[in-house]
Amino acid sequence: MKIKIEKREGTPFYMNILVPAASIIFSLFVMGIILLIFFQRSGMGWGEAFSETLSAYREMFSWPFGNIYGIYQTLLKMVPLAFVGLGLSFAYRMKIWNIGGEGQLYMGAFAATWGALFLFNGIENKFIMITLVLLMGAAVGALWAAIPAFMKAFAKTDEIVVTLMLNYVAIFWVDYLVYGPWKDPKGYNFPLTAEYPESAQLPTMFNGEVHIGIIMVIILAVILQYVYSRTSWGFNSSIAGDNQKAAKYAGINIGFYTIVALLVSGAIAGMGGAVQMMGIQHRLQHGFSPGYGYTAIIIAWLAKLNPVAILLVSFLFGGLLVGNEQLQMFYRLPLALIYIFQGLVLFSLLGGEAIFNYRISFVKERAVEE
Amino acid sequence: MNIDSSLITTTLQATVRAGTPLLFAVLGDIFTERSGVMNLGLEGLMLVGAISGFAVSYSTGNLFLAVIAAMIAGAVLGLVHAFFTVTLRINQVVSGLAITMLGTGISGLWGKGYIGVVAEQFKTLEIPFLSKIPFIGPVLFSHDVLVYLSYLLVPLMWFYIYRTKPGMILRAVGESPEAADARGINVFMIRYLYTMLGGAITALGGAYLSLAYTSMWIENMTAGRGWIGIALVLFATWDPVKAMFGAYLFGGVTALGLRMQAAGTTISSHILMMFPYILTVAVLFFTSTEKIKLKVGAPAALGVPYSREEKT
Repeated sequence: MKIKIEKREGTPFYMNILVPAASIIFSLFVMGIILLIFFQRSGMGWGEAFSETLSAYREMFSWPFGNIYGIYQTLLKMVPLAFVGLGLSFAYRMKIWNIGGEGQLYMGAFAATWGALFLFNGIENKFIMITLVLLMGAAVGALWAAIPAFMKAFAKTDEIVVTLMLNYVAIFWVDYLVYGPWKDPKGYNFPLTAEYPESAQLPTMFNGEVHIGIIMVIILAVILQYVYSRTSWGFNSSIAGDNQKAAKYAGINIGFYTIVALLVSGAIAGMGGAVQMMGIQHRLQHGFSPGYGYTAIIIAWLAKLNPVAILLVSFLFGGLLVGNEQLQMFYRLPLALIYIFQGLVLFSLLGGEAIFNYRISFVKERAVEE
Repeated sequence: MNIDSSLITTTLQATVRAGTPLLFAVLGDIFTERSGVMNLGLEGLMLVGAISGFAVSYSTGNLFLAVIAAMIAGAVLGLVHAFFTVTLRINQVVSGLAITMLGTGISGLWGKGYIGVVAEQFKTLEIPFLSKIPFIGPVLFSHDVLVYLSYLLVPLMWFYIYRTKPGMILRAVGESPEAADARGINVFMIRYLYTMLGGAITALGGAYLSLAYTSMWIENMTAGRGWIGIALVLFATWDPVKAMFGAYLFGGVTALGLRMQAAGTTISSHILMMFPYILTVAVLFFTSTEKIKLKVGAPAALGVPYSREEKT
């Protein structure tokens, strides 16, 4: 017996929805087994562990998706995820592996804080203030992405490791500020800065439950959808991603496209950092992101880089993060659970796609030799 | 004068200690990448190695079993990576990221019960005579068994890769899987084998952290060492001997940072902690120009899934 793998001719459209949906369901199933074992090992009988797992699942979904206040929380978590996911999609379309969403988010948050607390702190006009802080976040996010961009364009440096290393540098930089020079003297020694002035806080909706960042990110998704599907940039960048040689023949300047793709990618993630600061945090603090930048990688993949789909998947993953927080609180489960889940989703998504893209069959050894 | 020289000695000793987990990670990944499979999951492999080694050491008190357990855990994750990238031929970058996520998650969940507990750990084993050599003795020969194992692994791997027949086969598979296949080498099997072996050695680097370096389990204790390891593989140009220099260079930066902190510098510890990452970026920049790449010859088929049917 031998495994034979052939490429399928074209994938039916419904697979684009079926594969991601199936991969999430499959991952939830596997995670259920892991939870079952976890509960059993912590001293429960199998039956008790089983009912505990079921009620944990109920907890995980009923609050973030089934309760209006839970849905508000889900929307709030969705904003940074969608910003970074949209930003990453801009680079991934050219097959530029920006893994630095986390660092770009942190640098955006740093720049926003710099603007809101030190540079423009005299500005009373909310509209001007918010615009300026948003631009600060975007500019520094872009600057942070410019490092791997220029390195890749001019020295062909691998962007994966560089963007990743810069995540750590950005996180340490923010730590340095909030533990050191920017630490709020009135903050009871907690690693955080002073609160943003009133003018640098985003307006809210739904009786103050959700800030307008959610509207910003929807507008951004619509703009990107337009750019990808209707402009020459969208067309050329996807050619460059698919086939560098073809792109060169078509006269596309790969170096230029690489730089712009990473800069825009970083700018959007940085903007996400600024929105997160102005919308919900209102102050820079140590470890404000539970890995939004990494989760966004999976979101961009699950959504197949489609901006509208990124919004939907971000909503789903925002809910999963909220649900996971519930589990941490009520079942004393560690944050690590969400990483297991994300790894499982990524694997089952890709595995599912591979299975649908290739026809896998078992054949007798002889048959292959012919 | 006397104080100064002992300071240098202890700093260099700390350099070897800090470089050892990186060295294991890099050596493991060199095996994997030599076969043409890129594995970005080192961080996850190391974390899983760290927790499984620690858990087994805690429950059995047997360090040998702990090391074996860490290596098996690394090999299993390597098997997962091989299945997805070699058999299903999915993108190696994304699979590596998924390995890291899984490894981070599994180690975090599993390690929840091991926070704050003490397990059997490796003790310093002074090598007779050699450890008495002034300066070199304390720097190189007053360590634990795992460090000595890493010393041995470097020349052994070098010899294996460049001077033996299996090593030649390994390089052939990474360079030109088509040609290797035509000569009757089972490309798939070789890639599975070295992805698992590489995973096992990398996981040993994680076990070094929890069983000798920090001697306890802390969530996410690798703190980015896996990613630095990936950069070091490029820096070392897939050569075990250069990997050793790279690992100790980075170990030195870490050791120096710690020493500066202890000496009470005015530089913030957060700024000092950035150095290894900034150094990695700089190293990548200077080793990745086209010219250098051509000269050293990365495994030509690295990152390219092999398929018998779709020959390119």
